[in-house]
Amino acid sequence: MEKFTTCTSLAAPLIRDNIDTDAIIPSREMKRVSKKGLSVGLFAGWRYLDQKRRTPDPDFILNQAIYSQSKILLSGKNFGCGSSREHAVWALAEYGIKAIIAPSFSNIFYGNCIRNGLLPIRLDAEKISILSKKSKALFIDLETQKVDAYPFEIEAQNKEILLNGLDQITMTQHHQLAIDDFISKDRLVRKWAHL
Amino acid sequence: MSHTLFDKIWDQHCIAPLKDGSDLIYIDRLLLHERTGSVALKAVEEDGRSIANPAHVFCVMDHILDTYEDRSDQTTMPSGTDFIQSHRMSAVKYNLPLFDVNDETQGIVHVISPEQAIVLPGLTVVCPDSHTCTQGAFGALAWGIGSTQAEHALVTETLSLTKPNSMRITLEGSPQDGVTAKDIVLALIGSLSAGGAVGYVVEFAGPVVEEMDMEARMTLCNMAVEFSAFTALIAPDQKTFDYLKAGPYAPKGKEWKEACKNWLALKSEENAVFDQEITFDVSALLPSITWGTSPEHMIALSSPVPSATDSSTQRALDYMGLNEGDLLTEYSIDAAFIGSCTNSRISDLRRAATIIKGRKVADGVTAIVVPGSMKVRAQAEKEGIDKIFKEAGFEWRKPGCSMCFYAGGEHFGFQERVITTTNRNFESRQGPKTRSHLASPETVAASALMGKIIAASMLEDL
Repeated sequence: MEKFTTCTSLAAPLIRDNIDTDAIIPSREMKRVSKKGLSVGLFAGWRYLDQKRRTPDPDFILNQAIYSQSKILLSGKNFGCGSSREHAVWALAEYGIKAIIAPSFSNIFYGNCIRNGLLPIRLDAEKISILSKKSKALFIDLETQKVDAYPFEIEAQNKEILLNGLDQITMTQHHQLAIDDFISKDRLVRKWAHL
Repeated sequence: MSHTLFDKIWDQHCIAPLKDGSDLIYIDRLLLHERTGSVALKAVEEDGRSIANPAHVFCVMDHILDTYEDRSDQTTMPSGTDFIQSHRMSAVKYNLPLFDVNDETQGIVHVISPEQAIVLPGLTVVCPDSHTCTQGAFGALAWGIGSTQAEHALVTETLSLTKPNSMRITLEGSPQDGVTAKDIVLALIGSLSAGGAVGYVVEFAGPVVEEMDMEARMTLCNMAVEFSAFTALIAPDQKTFDYLKAGPYAPKGKEWKEACKNWLALKSEENAVFDQEITFDVSALLPSITWGTSPEHMIALSSPVPSATDSSTQRALDYMGLNEGDLLTEYSIDAAFIGSCTNSRISDLRRAATIIKGRKVADGVTAIVVPGSMKVRAQAEKEGIDKIFKEAGFEWRKPGCSMCFYAGGEHFGFQERVITTTNRNFESRQGPKTRSHLASPETVAASALMGKIIAASMLEDL
């Protein structure tokens, strides 16, 4: 997984509450049994006037010239709610988004971001509103946990995963002895749980 | 310190605390469906990894396959066949239990898992599907995950997690006639907001919950993710055991008795402390319906559509083609849908059929019933419920999720107004620019007959 340390970019303000994963990647855009090839379907319902011909809607924020290269999204509360589809994060990452700043995120989406090297930052709505009015690039530093001058919170585990680009399966396999030991003891206590 | 139901399950599954403050949690059951599970299984294979315990991994076909009578691997969703066949190939290759396209046990994952007793009280159950919380109704810690987490659980039988906070929602009072679990949970979402329980495991408790049958409890837990809970659960009781006992994966004989004893001890202790306590009186509630594009956009069926409070709600009004002050009961509908992991069980179909019996669907309304599983469908056919629906003009389909989330195959028409028992009214959720109104099976049934939005109790008056 790619590491996340810092990010400098103009931030695209897509300030709406409850942006759901159906909006981020509509179900019909998930065309292959694959994590790739999804960026073209990112925000398809909003991004294109004509879905089939992929005619860009000039009003959609990412279609505006200054935001076309943005690596940071600013949004409203409860970002990524709805379906658990990790395709939403794969599409954002493939498109080039590195960080999303919102007052809150849905739990599954938040976890999916961490596991794919995207940084989800929780900031209150007033600060996001101030950041959205900036015409200069924002600077995000994960090590010091700051967006420009604003500090943000992140769980120690998630910070470590992002900073080092860690693979969680490999990390967990270091605990294989403890897992085996747990299972052999648990089999005696909760027989029905072990098929 | 006294423990909650959630604490007890967590402690029982904690393999080791990790140095960053999270815990390594043992996962008892992993459920995979063909849309997201297929990707996870393929990734494990491509990475050259193996599946730790195939007996604990269950593969279902529910998301992409068609719901038509003559369905097969060929779907109306472009490329849908690839998902079905890839999922099946992986299941066969790794020797994973599979509920295949036209099996007698096929169905929506959250309907068949309890039917089969794959979910049991006190288990940890995960699935790359956000409505896994449905299964918390059985006193299991069941929650939706992403595909990468599914890979992690496949390979290691664990997930590393920071323990969520706990919230108890005590439902008090007594619901009025015609007010169902669906109406209650929509009202709760309206009260808490769509993001109201981020970071919490919710335990539903209180006399209203104890009174509910298992299928109503499932409806209640199903929509916990719609107010952003990590998951929801309900303490197991005799009703829970009765529902699960005949399931093929339930423990048998002496082991069943021992298990029930253990499960009864899981309930939250009397003085257990929750991080947050909410009491919600259901007595004054009326049948609920959504007007907008988030489940939090809900009102009582008889109330006027509220005014926009910000750009998000204005956008929702515009999308739904509504104005402040409108009465939804004045709007005609194009379609009615009974189905989904929220409301497709036999009790849902029975209640809707009671309203429909001997009546006809209004002209111009497309009305569809998708039973939650082949077992539900067979039971309904045994009771003659299919005939009631069909004679009224409903289409009687085979189980699946596809009508709930426009995957490009089955869907409702452009900008059609749909009254639906499902759980999401997002933009284009059930078709291109569809306008979905979430409601109970009773409300959907009555509205299908009238051709406009109406509560079942008002049916006689009009």
